[in-house]
Amino acid sequence: MWSSPFITQPSSVSQIMLRVLLALIPGIALYVWYFGPAILVSIALASVTALATEAIMLKLRNRPIKPFLSDNSALLTAWLLALSIPPLAPWWMVVVGTAFAIAISKHLYGGLGNNPFNPAMIGYAVLIISFPVHMTHWLTPHALGGTELTFGEQLGYMFNGALPAGLTLDAVTMATPLDTLKTQLHLGLSVDSIRDMPIYGHLAGKGSEMVAIGFAIGGLYLLFIRIISWHLPVAFLAALFATAGVFHLVDPVHYVTPLFHWFSGAAMLGAFFILTDPVTSPTTARGKLIFAAGAGLLTYLIRAFGGYPDGMAFATLLMNICVPLIDAWTQPKVFGKKGGGK
Amino acid sequence: MRPLFKFHGGVHPPTHKAESTGRPIAQAALPSKLVIPLHQHVGNRAVPVVQVGERVLKGQVIGRPEGRLSSAVHASTSGTVSAIDMQLVAHQSGLPDLCITLIPDGKDEWIAHSGVDYRQTAHTDLRHLLRQAGVVGLGGAVFPSDMKSYSHKHQIRTLVINGAECEPYITCDDMLMRERAGDILRGAEVLRELLYAEEVLIGIEDNKPEAIAAMQQAVLEDKHAHMEVIAVPTLYPGGGAKQLIRVLTGIEVAAGVRSTEMGVQCFNVATAYCVWRAIAFGEPLLSRIVTVTGNVEHAQNFEVLLGTPVDELVAQAGSKPDTERHIMGGPMMGVDLPSGSVGVTKATNCIIEASSRLFPPPPPALPCIRCTRCADVCPAELQPQDLYWFAKARDFGKAQEYHLFDCIECGACAYVCPSHIPLVQYYRFAKSEIWQREREAQAAELARERHEFRLMRIEREKQEKAERLAQKEKAALAAKASAPAPNPEPAIAAAPATADPDDTLQMRIDAAVARAKEQAAAAQPKNTDALTAEQQAEIDAIEARRAKIREMAAHAGADDEPPKSNQG
Amino acid sequence: MISALWVMVGISLLLGAVLGFSAIKFKVEGNPLVEKIDAVLPQTQCGQCGYPGCKPYAEAIAKGEAGINKCPPGGDEGIHKLADLLGVEYVPFGEGTAPKPKAVAFIDEQTCIGCTLCLQACPVDAIVGAAKQMHTIIAAECTGCELCIAPCPVDCISMLPLGEDISSWKWQYPTIPLVQVAAQ
Ligand code: SF4
Ligand code: SF4
Ligand code: SF4
Ligand code: SF4
Repeated sequence: MWSSPFITQPSSVSQIMLRVLLALIPGIALYVWYFGPAILVSIALASVTALATEAIMLKLRNRPIKPFLSDNSALLTAWLLALSIPPLAPWWMVVVGTAFAIAISKHLYGGLGNNPFNPAMIGYAVLIISFPVHMTHWLTPHALGGTELTFGEQLGYMFNGALPAGLTLDAVTMATPLDTLKTQLHLGLSVDSIRDMPIYGHLAGKGSEMVAIGFAIGGLYLLFIRIISWHLPVAFLAALFATAGVFHLVDPVHYVTPLFHWFSGAAMLGAFFILTDPVTSPTTARGKLIFAAGAGLLTYLIRAFGGYPDGMAFATLLMNICVPLIDAWTQPKVFGKKGGGK
Repeated sequence: MRPLFKFHGGVHPPTHKAESTGRPIAQAALPSKLVIPLHQHVGNRAVPVVQVGERVLKGQVIGRPEGRLSSAVHASTSGTVSAIDMQLVAHQSGLPDLCITLIPDGKDEWIAHSGVDYRQTAHTDLRHLLRQAGVVGLGGAVFPSDMKSYSHKHQIRTLVINGAECEPYITCDDMLMRERAGDILRGAEVLRELLYAEEVLIGIEDNKPEAIAAMQQAVLEDKHAHMEVIAVPTLYPGGGAKQLIRVLTGIEVAAGVRSTEMGVQCFNVATAYCVWRAIAFGEPLLSRIVTVTGNVEHAQNFEVLLGTPVDELVAQAGSKPDTERHIMGGPMMGVDLPSGSVGVTKATNCIIEASSRLFPPPPPALPCIRCTRCADVCPAELQPQDLYWFAKARDFGKAQEYHLFDCIECGACAYVCPSHIPLVQYYRFAKSEIWQREREAQAAELARERHEFRLMRIEREKQEKAERLAQKEKAALAAKASAPAPNPEPAIAAAPATADPDDTLQMRIDAAVARAKEQAAAAQPKNTDALTAEQQAEIDAIEARRAKIREMAAHAGADDEPPKSNQG
Repeated sequence: MISALWVMVGISLLLGAVLGFSAIKFKVEGNPLVEKIDAVLPQTQCGQCGYPGCKPYAEAIAKGEAGINKCPPGGDEGIHKLADLLGVEYVPFGEGTAPKPKAVAFIDEQTCIGCTLCLQACPVDAIVGAAKQMHTIIAAECTGCELCIAPCPVDCISMLPLGEDISSWKWQYPTIPLVQVAAQ
């Protein structure tokens, strides 16, 4: 028997996920522009792995494959993971990370809609813990000149681990701007002198700051078409800005500007694409604010005082743990029961 | 301009109203039969007061209201009662309910009726008239109007007349307002009198400019004081009573609270119209306006006699052959009718002919992705995704804690859900499961009480019997004491000595019982002289009863067959 | 060191006193576990569990003498509830103790001889009638225990299954869409 409502809006999970994928494109385009097409290979590799893992897991769990495989959620996980790890990461790292994200952190928890942790961030965390060295070799942006690998050479490294004769890995890669900042601060340099280094641009790292802007543009598009709500990015960026701002004001020699934090690392990607994963974020408006603000604060603390250069992934995962609690605490009052009179 | 308020959420489904507003309201043809359910309203089912074969006149009461919350049911036209039995009715369950089937004689002969001047009539009498006229809320809730037009202790400030009609496809109120605005307003005036309300606010969604104009015109023409026609924004479910009250007055009426407690009462425009017909002309509720739309040649509103089979009604609008089902009500909250044979009831505001082209079956449901689109549109400000989770896990306590019963089942959440989860069905399931459990718990409680009472009663009877026996024994002992004691029984003598003092009474009772039995057994074969007259009488009575039972049992056993086969 | 020890001893004495006091003060009358178990049982009072009524069965469960799967009227759900309440594993019904659909007793009033035997058997006094008068059953109070059937000398009592009507109808658990998914 069929019961009302008999009509539904023509929206679907796969369409939502597709829009999010679309929104990633400006950022990816800028990524390719500044760092070369290697990232596209990573994304493709991660996508194929994700779909294959998804299909295998669905089969093993005895679930219908078609509707779930076409919901695009595995693709989104793959893209986000690929964008979070170095573009030159060897192929097996991409495969291991993606497979882990899909199989363990998504399907072992019950599949779509049931995973408490953001799968892409789990994949990232597994990789950075297991292969810390590989995770620090980022491509140098074109703008810096220096030796550049051709696309073929990049592929050669990704799949064979071989670099052209006479080149060392260090010559063609560099640490991320955040990493560099951390190392140099440890060496006793001041923020100002570090920022004068050639790898830094106006806001943050050369090239990577533009990629972050690309992600922000995609994020604004998502906000505009109401796929994501404003609460998460606004609260996250505000909390990050505020914490960084306080430290910067108190001690500008040792703490960089808040804008630097906004545009480096995975902050923009995280604000608009990672925290906003509906499955692993709170459902109430107040809960979203608390969740994202907490993530902003933690991101800053990990970046400034923790052992890892970027804190986005761990901050997200830590806040993911709190989601059920936050949801339970922030249940809004319902119609007519708000108290305070009529 | 009056400041309007907003309610949370809401959706904008395609309205599809223009299809059925192109033609005026038509009188539906007299059907070949009328299937009139006796339970068309909230409250107790009406009790049939006619016999099969009886001729009834149009407007004659055929079902009398039963109990406080109930309403009368009338013959919609003159004709003969052909059956009073269980028939399929317009209910989601597809289960039958008691209906009176009427075969019209085509004369449409009215019973004598006349109206009253409401200004000269006591309010209690007016309410009684409404009850006898079977006037109930025609917006879909079918709550008896006499029970609503009563302000009790509460001061009613505002009477809201609901002409919002927010559901897609439905236009019956729209057409009624366009064509019969005057009577609606007069009915509203009667209701205002009954409630002593200070103002009457008529809320109409701004996608019905013709209706708004007609109503405004009528307010001016009849010089209704305290009345205001207000265009409200088109937003589903803005026509829900709670939502409209909120929009017009800013008052939020929580679930489980009567709006009168907050100084507002709300009636549908069609109800106001019927109130006027009932009071001023003595016409009971015999027909209503029904929109017939969807998969039909020419969608239109009809004035339909209650009880008209849906099949016969939709044929008049040219139902297309690929129609698969009939939906009663709108596409958001309507009911999938179990059959086209069911009769139109007081709640039938619209029949949508549905084909899979117009209403494709929903795509398979995916898991909830917690996107909160449902929470964004929920007018009750609930968290539908949580309710769904609890209902799915059958965690009903938790669902109630998250305000399941505040859900008005508007369907907005399921309408927007990208995973196409039949959310409302989960809520309905959970609600009816909770009700069922409450019923069961009540039944169990009743059974427990009655069982405990019974145990207590048996215990008491036992004790009383024991006391009586003990007394008898005493008397017997006294009698024995006066006579020479032949052979004292050692068991009895020994008993008090060896027994625990607490047990003495019980032991003595047991012993007495045992001895009484022994005596009886010993006495009977030998000399009946030993029996007292009383004992003899008792024995005789017992014997007589036994014989009688045996005889009757044999007799009944022989007679057993015919009634049983009759039953079968 | 010694003083710390004394403090600890003091605290534990104090806590012990508080606990002891509250044990006396807030003593619960009766056996709360029995009450709780009894609250879960359906109160059909049919004795199918092998005890003369629900309360005795509850007592037996509380004492650990009886399994939790002995009450057919409670259904599978009843076992689940008991398992939850007692924190034990769910046990399915044994052979031959499957629950039956709910029913009420009905006395064929033509046949009834007014013997009062059923009246005495009914655990909830749901039968009215006096000696030598026709008896009838108050359907709303009948628990469907079937205890009245055996004693009737003329076999005039039958059980009528309780069908669903509109007022007792329930919405089904929405399985249709999920089945569709699984079928793909
Ligand atoms: S709209 Fe559907 S998928 Fe989204 S949160 Fe609500 S129930 Fe879940
Ligand atoms: S059906 Fe209930 S939960 Fe869903 S939107 Fe309407 S009121 Fe809210
Ligand atoms: S089997 Fe009968 S008597 Fe025993 S607990 Fe269940 S309902 Fe009560
Ligand atoms: S009437 Fe019969 S079946 Fe019903 S409760 Fe009494 S003894 Fe049991």
